[in-house]
Amino acid sequence: MFAWLFASPSERRLLGSRPLQGPTPWIIAIMTFSIMIVAAAGLALTETSARVAAGVHARYSLQVPNGARDLAGVLRTVRSTPGVSGAEAVPEAEMRRTLERWLGPAGASADLPVPALITFDVSPRADRAAVTRRVEAAAPGAKLLAHEDALGPMLRSLRAMEWLSLMLVLLLGGAAAAAVVLAARGALDTHRFTIDVMHGIGATDEQVTNLFQRKIAIDALAGSLFGAAAAALVLGLFAATSAFAGELMGGAALGITDLLLLAAIPLVLTALATGVGRTAVLASLRAAL
Amino acid sequence: MGAGRESVLTPVAEFDSIGLRYGTGAEILRDLDFRLSKGGFYFLTGPSGAGKTSLLKLLYLAQRPTRGRISLFGEDLTGAEREELPQFRRRIGVVFQDFRLIRHLSAFDNVALPLRISGATEEAVEGPVREMLAWVGLADRASARPPTLSGGEQQRVAIARAVINRPELLVADEPTGNVDAEMAQRLLHLFTSLNRLGTTVVVATHDVGLISATPGAQMIRLENGAVLDPTGTLKNPPLPRSGG
Repeated sequence: MFAWLFASPSERRLLGSRPLQGPTPWIIAIMTFSIMIVAAAGLALTETSARVAAGVHARYSLQVPNGARDLAGVLRTVRSTPGVSGAEAVPEAEMRRTLERWLGPAGASADLPVPALITFDVSPRADRAAVTRRVEAAAPGAKLLAHEDALGPMLRSLRAMEWLSLMLVLLLGGAAAAAVVLAARGALDTHRFTIDVMHGIGATDEQVTNLFQRKIAIDALAGSLFGAAAAALVLGLFAATSAFAGELMGGAALGITDLLLLAAIPLVLTALATGVGRTAVLASLRAAL
Repeated sequence: MGAGRESVLTPVAEFDSIGLRYGTGAEILRDLDFRLSKGGFYFLTGPSGAGKTSLLKLLYLAQRPTRGRISLFGEDLTGAEREELPQFRRRIGVVFQDFRLIRHLSAFDNVALPLRISGATEEAVEGPVREMLAWVGLADRASARPPTLSGGEQQRVAIARAVINRPELLVADEPTGNVDAEMAQRLLHLFTSLNRLGTTVVVATHDVGLISATPGAQMIRLENGAVLDPTGTLKNPPLPRSGG
């Protein structure tokens, strides 16, 4: 199956040019670099949105009417509601600190009323709808807010960006394949004389194609490894400065699965380029003679 | 020559109502009906533009006819698939008018190419190629590349490449055009030797000396794309198909 990879020295001499000459390795390197950066961004986004979604999945806020006066009673009621876990009142000082970020010093003014808030989680195995109905019944007039609903638009944006990343990866992969097709056709034109002589002597299309397929595979592997090394360097620098996987992405880092996926990109791109190149060469040979 | 009664009955190539045109132009070759017997030695003659090179291209399967039927080695190739042709081409040796040597390969590699394409191992290639290069007087030029060889040397490399595989059919287009008289005689000797071993030889040439030095050879004379009526003017004309 992979016999074409192991050409004899005489077969290697047939195409004359040495491997890694011409534009193909550079095109593949640039494509691999771009794909890996976009894929890493997409995977980091996936990680971030998963973390955010997990953090807000079963979390609720309950805005208590009549402020601090009813807070203690409502908190006891919520805590005793079956299916509720980790119910806590949000300290007024914490809310004022939050308001200060938006309103400045006026946010800390005692004249500014702040709502009384309780946050709680629904236990993993509890029926969320039933629990929220019980909480609403236990605290009539209170306003119940699901964090998941509040952060829904942001999560949807993150998921849209994940899809966008995937589409970009596919688009770049397609562009790399198209570039390989053009490079293969150019190589065929360059070596047209040699191919004609080989055919005249009795070479099969398979024999001619194997020569080109091997060259394309070597060029693609070298280019993709070079591009992957450059991408790894850039991603490593981002990660080290926490600008990419740190603060920007909410502390999300790429997991081992993500890193394995990224590591597979140069190999997948090499296989894609080799397969596409082989198909292009065979098609050109059949069309030309 | 090598054509005996048995070989006369065994055609290597049969042309039946062959016509050839390029694109929408006039027919370059028309109504070719003849056969080449196994072991025969043929000279293809005719003025420039008569269609000799086109006829040779049909013989060595570089071109398909636009009409008619060609059989090679007993197989009708009219509807042959592209994938079937290499096995026939490997049985044919071709000496091109313009040599068609691969410039970036050494003389050794050019001569070894048919053997390697046929799947011979490097051990099986070395001896025959050295021997063949020595025979054409280029033993000391084995590593030279074609651009560094003279026209005559390139011609000899091309001939060595054509015969290295002991082809059943040898097709040569003006093989002595670039060599001196002595080398021409040696090449003719090589061709007749191969012919005696059973190879059918077809040589397109204007060289009258070559033709007269080959007693018993048959002639195919082309004019305006048609085989000239063989009566009278031709020496030992090939048998017409109707006669076989």
